[in-house]
Amino acid sequence: MASDHTPSSPDSTRGASTDTNGSDRTRTGQTGPELTRPDRTWPDRTRPGRFKEFWGYFSENRGAVIGLIVFMTFVLIAIMADVIAPHSATQQYREALLQPPVWLEGGTSEFLLGTDAVGRDLLSRLIYGARYSFFIGVIVVVIAASTGVLIGLIAGFARGWVDTLIMRLMDILLAFPSLLLALVMVAILGPSLVNAMIAIAITLQPQYVRLTRAAVLQELPKDYVTSARVVGASKARLMFITVLPNCLAPLIVQAALSFSTAILDAAALGFLGLGAQPPTPEWGTMLADSREFVLRAWWVVTFPGLAILVNVLAINLMGDGLRDALDPKLKRS
Amino acid sequence: MPLLDVRNLCVDFKTSEGQFRAVDSVDVHVDVGDVLAIVGESGSGKSVSMLALMGLLPWTATVSADAMLFDGVDLANCDARQRRSIVGKDVAMIFQEPMSSLNPCFTVGFQLREALKAHLPLTRRERQQRAIELLEQVGLPEPERRLRAFPHQLSGGMCQRVMIAMAIACKPRLLIADEPTTALDVTIQAQILELLLDLQKDTGMALVLITHDMGVVAETAKRVSVQYAGQKVEEQGVRELFADAHHPYTSALLAALPERATTRSLPSIPGVVPGQFDRPAGCLFSPRCAHADQLCHATSPDVATQAMGFARCHYPLLQGVPQRSAS
Amino acid sequence: MLMAGERGISPERHAELMAQFGFDQPLLAQYWNYLTGLFQGDLGLSFKTKRPVWDEFFTLFPATLELSLCAITFAVVLGVPAGIIAAVNRGKWPDQALMSTALIGYSMPIFWWALLLIILFSGMLGWTPVSGRISLMFFFPADTGFMLIDSLKSGQAGAFSSAVQHLILPTIVLGTIPLAVIARQTRSAMLEVLSEDYVRTARAKGLSPLRINGLHALRNALIPVITVIGLSVGTLLAGAILTETIFSWPGIGKWMVEGINSRDYTAVQGGLLMIAVIVMVVNLVVDVLYGLINPKIRQ
Repeated sequence: MASDHTPSSPDSTRGASTDTNGSDRTRTGQTGPELTRPDRTWPDRTRPGRFKEFWGYFSENRGAVIGLIVFMTFVLIAIMADVIAPHSATQQYREALLQPPVWLEGGTSEFLLGTDAVGRDLLSRLIYGARYSFFIGVIVVVIAASTGVLIGLIAGFARGWVDTLIMRLMDILLAFPSLLLALVMVAILGPSLVNAMIAIAITLQPQYVRLTRAAVLQELPKDYVTSARVVGASKARLMFITVLPNCLAPLIVQAALSFSTAILDAAALGFLGLGAQPPTPEWGTMLADSREFVLRAWWVVTFPGLAILVNVLAINLMGDGLRDALDPKLKRS
Repeated sequence: MPLLDVRNLCVDFKTSEGQFRAVDSVDVHVDVGDVLAIVGESGSGKSVSMLALMGLLPWTATVSADAMLFDGVDLANCDARQRRSIVGKDVAMIFQEPMSSLNPCFTVGFQLREALKAHLPLTRRERQQRAIELLEQVGLPEPERRLRAFPHQLSGGMCQRVMIAMAIACKPRLLIADEPTTALDVTIQAQILELLLDLQKDTGMALVLITHDMGVVAETAKRVSVQYAGQKVEEQGVRELFADAHHPYTSALLAALPERATTRSLPSIPGVVPGQFDRPAGCLFSPRCAHADQLCHATSPDVATQAMGFARCHYPLLQGVPQRSAS
Repeated sequence: MLMAGERGISPERHAELMAQFGFDQPLLAQYWNYLTGLFQGDLGLSFKTKRPVWDEFFTLFPATLELSLCAITFAVVLGVPAGIIAAVNRGKWPDQALMSTALIGYSMPIFWWALLLIILFSGMLGWTPVSGRISLMFFFPADTGFMLIDSLKSGQAGAFSSAVQHLILPTIVLGTIPLAVIARQTRSAMLEVLSEDYVRTARAKGLSPLRINGLHALRNALIPVITVIGLSVGTLLAGAILTETIFSWPGIGKWMVEGINSRDYTAVQGGLLMIAVIVMVVNLVVDVLYGLINPKIRQ
């Protein structure tokens, strides 16, 4: 009943090996278990760089990649609008009012998707509209994100009554449906695309404040922040250079979602006549006057909305993919 | 005919880096009234094999076996309805974390009566009566009050008793207990184990006890099956195993028991259990085995004879001495 | 403050209006009057109709309420089962199909969706009317303000079915986004719950999948979903603005848009305030409800 006395590895014994101290156990084989290295049977896995790792996860999601491609296409269309569009977005062809698309009878190849009530080529207006959508999305997200992040950083770092005041304000803003707020703001400022963008940015901003503040509160107690503070980093440096880069993941995801919300809200405002004003070829505004033609000329109604849908869908797909790729909790081991 | 007859069970999990073999050619045999202990470290696949039997694995798992028979019924190929009529009634299982194993939204009584309603044709009054009896049987005082309580109002030990009550509600022929005491206080552990053994003796049901604690094995089991890295490496009667373990791993496990220590520092087994990416080519235990040689590192060992405890080893031990001649 | 609606008025009329609206008093006094008036339920007079904003709001509110309730019912009745089916069939085609549809659902501009449905169902198929709450043929007193109830009470033949017909498209349009959100939330809540230990216990008891998913899992998954349902009141109000405008539904949303377009500031102000109050009340109710249904918090 000799229990095979397996000697412990050097780091788990205190002092010298005990097996030779007056023990008369039967020893077998070698003096100790060499930590025999098994033959390497697994591939050499060096940790890929952060971007490559992110891209690996992101590209697994087919929908996200499709979304990215579609979005890039829209960006390209927006940039090359002058080159691609067959006509100008505002030129009215009086002889061709409400002409159907080319595949229906009455349509011509000059106006591939037909014309609207005052004879403007729908396709060209859609192409130029891509510019506006992209423009709206970028500006709104930049304004909302930058102000939101700044306020959130201040709230997170300042704590105390500044923090409470800011968060109460944000709670009030969040209590309102965003479209309603934007609506009222535009009503006060006057209907125009710029005012619409500002209003939407203000309504989207509380999300960034909340996210940033939550992330800051999470990061602040960590050691690397304390060490930076000890070394003498200024508040500003702490905020922007030390802490902020580590809070980026949820902010990026929120930016993607805000982009699509901005486009939808701007279109809604345009539809109500409170955003971009005619003859601006913004997709929502294009739908505003089209209500009366719903039954007569369905193409005037369908295509602008379809453009919005495809664009927003692409961005949402990308946003979902971004969230899955960046969220550490969802990372599979 | 054995009550439970599982041969060559394999379970693979789909992971982001390919298939992971959690259980590799495991055999399990349980007779009527038997008490089998399945021992192993975390990652040895001991729970997974039993979960596979009960059909409780997640969607990422693929189960295959030469035979998976319970009381003659082929569990591997039966349809869902047939399996549901057996699981919970003739075969029951209790789990490691009793507090989270009970639904927090429903009372204990509801969950207990539900188990009865699913399998037995009793009236509501009879179910309530039986529920009270069951709680008494598992040693819970004031059963009527407990039946109205929610799980978060009970302690860990009480929750586990409720789980046991639910498991034995329909008088199963086999009870599988997956580390039932690991999450409980030491004092409660002894009580729960005693309860399980008493129930086993009283009802004559077979008991499969999954544990990593050799001490528990010594006190409770009739037969022991040792698993390592998804494979069964030894199976013997409990006395024989403690007297003379045939597989180096079992031997090392026993040597690590504090009760058996003869020197000042406790022996331990160096190294770690192989994971998904560092599975050795030959015997899975060879990197950590004191007696391993070239053959062990290169070739997978066959299973030894019954006399040698079905040890999966090229040189099974006899009185601590590896038998280099035959295998 | 600009005078809304009346241009080129005589000085006497100007003074009269100023007095009527209290603008002849100093700014601070005006503000104080407004605040005290608020607490008494006086939100001022609408510039356009000269009626108290409070009255206007509550005359039109039932229409919005009825539409919103129908929309949220539609969203829950379709969204929760969709989420459950998606979760239970994770990764397989029902899941992908349902979630893709949900994604399209909340990527759509709802005013376009409304127009599309009108083209299809009213224009091409002629199944549903284009606007209003009930056919103009019917006239009966508005007891409750809920067309469904009032039309039933009136006993007139065809009134109820006309009311229902008029409700169909606006309900679908308004309920689409909440439907998509609820479906997604239910799915993710169910997925979390389905991997919990107590679901494994339920399976080990040999219970049927219907019971496990529909009772054990759902009961726990609903807890976060109820919060989502409650919080979608904001989405409903925003959507109501657009939906009511398109379908000429005489509710709060349309009233607000008209108020903005006609610079009826008191109306807009009052409406905004009331909506804010409603949203906060609903949030409060949701908090209370959450405490009730989550058994761990209950005692």
